[in-house]
Amino acid sequence: MDELFFSTFFLSIRLALFTTIILFVIGIPVAYFLSYSKLRINGLLQALISMPLVLPPSVLGFYLLLSFSPNYAFGSFLLKYFDLRLAFTFTGILVGSLIYNLPFMINSIQSGFSNLPASLKDASYTLGKSRFTTLIKVLLPNIKPALLTGICLTFAHTIGEFGVILMIGGNIPGQTRVASIAVYDEVQSLNFSAAHKYSLFLVLFSFIILVLIYSINKEFLKWKKL
Amino acid sequence: MEKTLIELHLQKNIHTIKGKLLLDVHFSIPEFGFITLFGKSGVGKTTILRMIAGLTKPDSGYINIGNDSWFNSINKLNLKTQKRNIGFVFQDYALFPNMTVEQHLFYAQTLKDSAHVNDLLEIFDLKGLRTRKPDTLSGGQKQRVAVARALARKPQILLLDEPLSALDSDSRLILQDEIMEAHKSFHSTTILVSHDVDEITRLSDMVYVIDNGRIVNSGNADFIFKEPELADLSYKGKITGIEKSKIEIELTENNPPTFKPGDIITISSK
Repeated sequence: MDELFFSTFFLSIRLALFTTIILFVIGIPVAYFLSYSKLRINGLLQALISMPLVLPPSVLGFYLLLSFSPNYAFGSFLLKYFDLRLAFTFTGILVGSLIYNLPFMINSIQSGFSNLPASLKDASYTLGKSRFTTLIKVLLPNIKPALLTGICLTFAHTIGEFGVILMIGGNIPGQTRVASIAVYDEVQSLNFSAAHKYSLFLVLFSFIILVLIYSINKEFLKWKKL
Repeated sequence: MEKTLIELHLQKNIHTIKGKLLLDVHFSIPEFGFITLFGKSGVGKTTILRMIAGLTKPDSGYINIGNDSWFNSINKLNLKTQKRNIGFVFQDYALFPNMTVEQHLFYAQTLKDSAHVNDLLEIFDLKGLRTRKPDTLSGGQKQRVAVARALARKPQILLLDEPLSALDSDSRLILQDEIMEAHKSFHSTTILVSHDVDEITRLSDMVYVIDNGRIVNSGNADFIFKEPELADLSYKGKITGIEKSKIEIELTENNPPTFKPGDIITISSK
């Protein structure tokens, strides 16, 4: 029981960490593009990225499950050319989690960029600095609270993810059975004490994450004024 | 004879409070000169600075800097802002909240030049503030940092967009002196956008008055701003005849002037 408990939580944390790191790397250039590009395609991109916010997770999970299935073109292509099976695997729930959490990371970073005065970017350009140097040395250091919010929201949201993971990954211990799924599974088996253990751990973990976000953000704002 | 550094002709449709306006300006600036663009709000003065900096693209025209071309609509040339050797002081200072005063100056340099940074800190009285961040500085101190940062990369052209408009009169005077000292020490050709007549008179060699998107007057500050004093040389008269481009006027008040054929005069009507 204890081994299953810890492996379930380890899997949840591993999924949340991978999702957060990958989305952070993808999120910065995408949010930068959405904030500063004047292309008409922006509206379309923004809508696509924000879809998981309004779609029921089961709908997203259903379509991802179909596309990952070797019986359909994409799943069959992955299996044939990359020997990669996504349905009911950890990689599969990771891909689903990346798509599902996209708006939490990107919208947070984008709002950070949008709140910066445009003159900061212009000033850096007039000092001869490239877009990349401006991004690294001026823009990102000045949106640290937005970056931190994106990281923490994505991490915490992945820990609590249920619908998408259940649809794509099912409930395979050690592979796709994360904490939120375990709660559901234990309740279905009328094992309320185990469900309670998982739930209490999730409540405490989420609370600690949120306390950390707000404390670090407060410290950052103090540091900024020094 | 003064060498011309900047020659430009810029056209751009801009949006103002009164609606669309065609900005169409053509002027040149001598090397090491200090010129001012003067005019009401919304006539396109800041847009001209932004076009010179490459931050806003003109619809057509050219910008020639010495033997180089920074923009030419016919040749489809538009040099990136980063490639233009300019210093730009923004109205809102545009200081980077994450950097100290000293870091701002070093960030502006391509090759680290501590001696130049120290000179700037000295001229702009920033030595005691070198480790401070913008949030802890007063408006005047922020403005000093902004000008010093713009000069840190030794720009060929310094663009000042109403740099002193938010300061009290004492700070203005001090910073005007500092700007003048820096202009003389570092030999930057400077273009100032300002509404302040005293400031313009103290700093500028030449003033371009912009109205409705065009240059409507130019000359040195004394000529531009002291023109009303010429009123005691005015005469009243009555037009007695107009034939092609000749206007016949009979003076009705004051003593007859000492005009002679060939004199160039300005006529204003009421």
